[in-house]
Amino acid sequence: MDMRLKHWKPTGLALAAIVTTAAVAFAVPSAMAQRDPAYAAARADGQIGEQPDGYLGFASSPTPAIRALVQDLNIKRKAAYTERAQATGSTVEQFAFTSGCNLIAQTKPGEKYQAPDGSWKTRDGSPPVRDSRCP
Amino acid sequence: MKMTNEQARRQAIGAKCLAIVTGAAALAGCVQIETPDKPIEINLNINIKQEIVYRLDGDAKKLIEQNSEIF
Repeated sequence: MDMRLKHWKPTGLALAAIVTTAAVAFAVPSAMAQRDPAYAAARADGQIGEQPDGYLGFASSPTPAIRALVQDLNIKRKAAYTERAQATGSTVEQFAFTSGCNLIAQTKPGEKYQAPDGSWKTRDGSPPVRDSRCP
Repeated sequence: MKMTNEQARRQAIGAKCLAIVTGAAALAGCVQIETPDKPIEINLNINIKQEIVYRLDGDAKKLIEQNSEIF
């Protein structure tokens, strides 16, 4: 009996340590959910930008790596739009378009966005050119 | 009760007046429509209406905020 207790104590401590580490590991990424550095760089560079339809597009011809990155993000965006569209009783296109209005409005100076006429523009201090249906 | 000639004449004048007034009113009620000089444009992109965009705006903002890694 005595031997057993001696063995259990260190095990319990180790378990507690693992649980604590796991909790910290989970808490940190969710608190700082940030853009992939490659994505952030391509955005800041103006290689990619926001389209009125709620997806990312290429303002200049992309490298294969950037193309893959954008495709991956757009798939994830579509999944998110689809889920929210179902929850709000709208279509994926309607929800994506509304998000696009916001995403273009949120672009920082220097970043690219696509105007309703299809041309790529660089965001400056003035409000972006958006679709007339945008709030 | 027998109608005198005078009464009959007055009634006839009254009826004529009514007819003239009614006719004038009908003419005044005519609406003139001018044909537009530009062709009528029909926007085919009707499945995204402004009111829907306004309704979804709050949800869209929330989604972007909560999924900042993909936006």
